Amino acid sequence: MSFLEMLYFIIPSAILYATPLIFTAIGGVFSERSGVVNIGLEGLMIVGAFVGIYVNLEYASTFGEATIWVAMLAAVIAGGIFSLLHAVASISFRADQTVSGVAINLLGLAVSVFLVKMIYDKGQTDMITQSIDRFGIPYLQDIPFLGPLLFRDVYSTSILAFAVAIGAWFIIYKTPFGLRLRAVGEHPMAADTMGVKVNRMRYIAVVISGALGGLGGAVYAQSITLNFSHATIAGQGFMAIAAMIFGKWHPIGALGAALFFGVAQTLSIAGSGIPYIQEIPAVYLQILPYVLTIFALAGFIGKANAPKASGQPYIKGKR
Amino acid sequence: MSNRVINILVPIISIIIGLIVGAIVMLVSGYDPVQGYMALWTGIFGDSYSIGNTIRQITPYILAGLAVAFAFRTGLFNIGVEGQLILGWLAAAWVGYAFELPKVIHLPLALLAAAAAGAFWAFIAGFLKAKFKVHEVIATIMLNYTALYIANAVISKLSDGGFKTERIHESASLRSPFLRELTDNSSLHYGIIVALLMVVVMWFILEKTTRGYELKAVGFNKNAAEYAGMSVNKNIILAMTISGMFAGLGGAMEALGTFGNASIKPGFTGIGFDGIAVALLGANTPLGVVFGASLFGSLKYGALNMPNAAGIPEEIVSIIIALIIFFVASGYIIRVGLQKLSKKKEGQ
Repeated sequence: MSFLEMLYFIIPSAILYATPLIFTAIGGVFSERSGVVNIGLEGLMIVGAFVGIYVNLEYASTFGEATIWVAMLAAVIAGGIFSLLHAVASISFRADQTVSGVAINLLGLAVSVFLVKMIYDKGQTDMITQSIDRFGIPYLQDIPFLGPLLFRDVYSTSILAFAVAIGAWFIIYKTPFGLRLRAVGEHPMAADTMGVKVNRMRYIAVVISGALGGLGGAVYAQSITLNFSHATIAGQGFMAIAAMIFGKWHPIGALGAALFFGVAQTLSIAGSGIPYIQEIPAVYLQILPYVLTIFALAGFIGKANAPKASGQPYIKGKR
Repeated sequence: MSNRVINILVPIISIIIGLIVGAIVMLVSGYDPVQGYMALWTGIFGDSYSIGNTIRQITPYILAGLAVAFAFRTGLFNIGVEGQLILGWLAAAWVGYAFELPKVIHLPLALLAAAAAGAFWAFIAGFLKAKFKVHEVIATIMLNYTALYIANAVISKLSDGGFKTERIHESASLRSPFLRELTDNSSLHYGIIVALLMVVVMWFILEKTTRGYELKAVGFNKNAAEYAGMSVNKNIILAMTISGMFAGLGGAMEALGTFGNASIKPGFTGIGFDGIAVALLGANTPLGVVFGASLFGSLKYGALNMPNAAGIPEEIVSIIIALIIFFVASGYIIRVGLQKLSKKKEGQ
């Protein structure tokens, strides 16, 4: 395999693996920017993956090629609704946000596997018939080097992911809504004084994170695993949290971090077939995203600072 | 109603609501909740074999619960029990088969190795928090996956590409023919004694030593503790290390008692995360942890009987456990409800 062929293989595959991480990590950015820690992203992805696969299996004959989009929409709604549990517990009932997130993870997995066993009478679903497929973008794919690298094997969901990242950046940094969101996460009391409804902003942010987490799960299941079982989402949600932190709670940063982790995942899975890479034990590539995130937090790779009020419930009138 | 009564009522009410919601879920899904809970009950207490295995299941839950509770008491959230437990499991299994020693040395050595492995892994998180202000929740989450992949790679290396280590020698085993016979060939082992001993150790450290007083003081108010001349950083690192020690021993229970080896895991064991539920339900006290672990350990083991006896997927119990965590965590709202209720009664 020449160096170019290697790149033409690694980069598209890395983007494939990065796509679900991008959606979910940006969901995390919304939630944390509003001051609610969301450890439950893993559970939200699991719910999204299950709903996506379920809708895909049941309605593939009705919707044909549009099935994947219907399934993703269903996952977005399911993720949004499921995240309301986290919102109610951690915003209204002042539960410890980390504990509530852990409960979301346990509940998401338990409910999904319970439903699979109830509906299909076995531990995993069949393979879906309509999966997210790659395609070549006309004209762009003929550009030398960049064409085969970026435009020959494209997934429509990857394009959507980039659009969501840029859209999230615009919303968070260029709109009044985004300013309020950040204010609520940095200094809720000041925001409240200025008339911003702190709890309402937080509810919206958590539901957005649930919707994007659900989308991430559905994309992962429909493009990579193609079925659903208890092990479909194994750590993707936590890796998305890592991408969010490594990207310093910024949508574009999260996008970059997710792409980088996508490369690491590709190399750890397919590295044995690639010269030079096969010399590196897979375990180093597997732990790379997590170790790098710890380094980033420790300040070895720039300083990563969480939003100030992240993790604390806002209680009116308390100083 | 006094605060003390409310503190005890909150977990009890949470358990009851959890079980009721579980019944509703079964009903809506077309299963018979009465049959389901009967199957659960027989799965836990049906015969001496079930009771033996239930106690075996409770053992690592006690240690995982102690790990989380100890950290909580000192103002830290150790969500990394899972990773510390996995490394403790591996260390105990390795010492168990790699050395040949008399039992009086071998078994304590294997337990010690597990405790040390767990303690070291938690120490990293404590060190990062003390020196670099890295939040321990994020650090331990990242360390969980790091531990999982490292343990899998080491097991693969130790077994020359296989998926599990050799069996531990009899001299390092916690198993006992006596307990086995007593419980009709269940896999009950002496680990429960180690776990209960650690309950006493946690109580002793926190309530009877100066160091424990300092650890709690730092948990209550960092600034006040520092003003009183205590080293906050030292206490943070120590608290995490002790917490990890309990978690590592939890892994040893699986290595030396239940399984007798360490095998490659596709994902987490779940014991570490359930430990959070145990600690929460037990209000982070040593005795409370025993109750919490008994409840969740029994539910988890009894659930295995549900698919066969009632045709209900065992995940229903995981749903109930997750719901109980939600309710306990939302204790604020239950407290408000209880206080309103008692005020109304006083008014009458």
